[in-house]
Amino acid sequence: MTEGIHARLQLAWPGFRLAVDLDLPATGVTAIFGHSGSGKTSLLRCIAGLARAPGGLVRFQGESWQEGNHFVPTHRRPIGYVFQEASLFPHLSARGNLDFARRRADRGRPAIDLDQAVDLLGIRHLLDRLPAQLSGGERQRVAIARALLINPRLLLMDEPLAALDQARKGEILPYLENLRRELALPILYVSHSAEEVARLGDHLVAMAEGQVLASGPLGETLSRLDFPIKLGEDTGVVVEATITARDATWHLAEASFAGGALWLRDTGHALGERVRVRVLARDISLALSRHDDSSIVNVLPARVLEIAEDAAEGLALVRLAVGDTALVARLTRRSAHLLELAPGKAVWAQIKSVAVIQ
Amino acid sequence: MSGALLHWQAIWLTLKLAAVTTAVLLVLATPLAWWLARTSSRLKQPVAALCALPLVLPPTVLGFYLLVLMGPQGPVGQFTQWLGIGTLPFTFAGLVVASTIYSLPFALQPLQTAFEGLGERPLEVAATLRAGPWDRAVHVVLPLARNGILSAAVLAFAHTIGEFGVVLMIGGNIPGATQVLSVAIFNHVEAMEYIEAHWLAGGMVVFSFLVLLALYAFNQRGARIGVGTGGAGHD
Repeated sequence: MTEGIHARLQLAWPGFRLAVDLDLPATGVTAIFGHSGSGKTSLLRCIAGLARAPGGLVRFQGESWQEGNHFVPTHRRPIGYVFQEASLFPHLSARGNLDFARRRADRGRPAIDLDQAVDLLGIRHLLDRLPAQLSGGERQRVAIARALLINPRLLLMDEPLAALDQARKGEILPYLENLRRELALPILYVSHSAEEVARLGDHLVAMAEGQVLASGPLGETLSRLDFPIKLGEDTGVVVEATITARDATWHLAEASFAGGALWLRDTGHALGERVRVRVLARDISLALSRHDDSSIVNVLPARVLEIAEDAAEGLALVRLAVGDTALVARLTRRSAHLLELAPGKAVWAQIKSVAVIQ
Repeated sequence: MSGALLHWQAIWLTLKLAAVTTAVLLVLATPLAWWLARTSSRLKQPVAALCALPLVLPPTVLGFYLLVLMGPQGPVGQFTQWLGIGTLPFTFAGLVVASTIYSLPFALQPLQTAFEGLGERPLEVAATLRAGPWDRAVHVVLPLARNGILSAAVLAFAHTIGEFGVVLMIGGNIPGATQVLSVAIFNHVEAMEYIEAHWLAGGMVVFSFLVLLALYAFNQRGARIGVGTGGAGHD
């Protein structure tokens, strides 16, 4: 994969090991997911050149950033980096921080301009303030704009929301979704939050104890029953869909995906708009025949692909095919037994709730 | 020579010595403080202790050894003679060398504290914004350590002005060449000229107070915008 990102890195510090050999796409958002201490931040720092794994290899779109004794220092790599906590220079105003990046931006390629970055992150009214006068969320938005203004070819984000409370996260996520939608900029996004990964990721890398446990397209990887990181209540899949109909009477919108359609509460999406829908495993129940006497709106014909035990005692995970799309249901083992579920069996998937996450 | 002229000569010489010493110290102590703040070398503790020696040694001890080293028989003296510039004791250059060593800890300590307070993060951030090492030093480290640098300059300047023992040992008491204020005051007191001594001594008290007042006021203002002496508040 000459066009992608290749990283082969080994680090051994007291109490910590990193050993990865990864090929990642250099398009869209690659979510690097794992609990703290899993090595995901170290991986990102090695790709940025902020940390050095002796003997490692880092290549980006055919360019060698680290190989043998060759090591391109951070300031010569075409990256932008957003740190976990806001990292604005305290002696410069928000505008001064942005100018710091603009003066050093890569002028060899078309660049995002100040107005575009400022509008994308909604920070125009903050430009003349010092970092000390900004809230945590505002500082992080300025930091993201600053990373964009350096005109990177790869944007690295290290848990940019982790230091913020839930409300501030909700304030920034839409801006991150803007980035993903509007810029053709590959992003490596480190996170330990299943919600952020589901909302932003296109490709998913799961890490634990310094190793990569799974790497693949988000939808496919999340639907794997052997997904190595136990998500518990957060287990679920992400489905890319298109709005194909709107029902004004009941205020519903139809989102079609490969193999079916779901009715969602209409939140103002236009016809033809692409949306990302998250379906949690705990919100799917299974039936052998179709019931029309329940309150559940979405009932889809499905086929059982695979059954596995959940980490929680007494529960099972069932992977289902709805057309070409995989869903995962979480039910009691007793139900799985009573319904005589087995690979190939036709069932009705009753989906209690779906969330549009984009 | 009239007494007033002698006073002005001593004042001028003192200010010149303090200014030159401060300039030399900022150039030398900044990289040294940077190294001390960031190194994990085994040499760090011995070097730090060596640099702090002038704090605890009596100035006469320091002055004595400098005199021996820089004198005609000392290694430094031999070297300067070989260079063709003679020996340093009893010259202005000798005073600068001695004051630089004597005031080193006063410049070093605030610089080192400021650099240590910076932490790794602003430098990493600057590197991800394509700033190379010199760019980082000039546009990130120096502005963030601004108050530390200012403290170092003020303390070095003020401490050099107050220097007495080392100067007496190494520079003697040559009016117009090496006779600084503190030595002039000493001469007046020796000669029972208390009025003259009062003028000079009182002037130094007022001057020192004003310098320190300015320093504290400046640090206070810096702290308000989040750039403390130690570069604190960089989050």
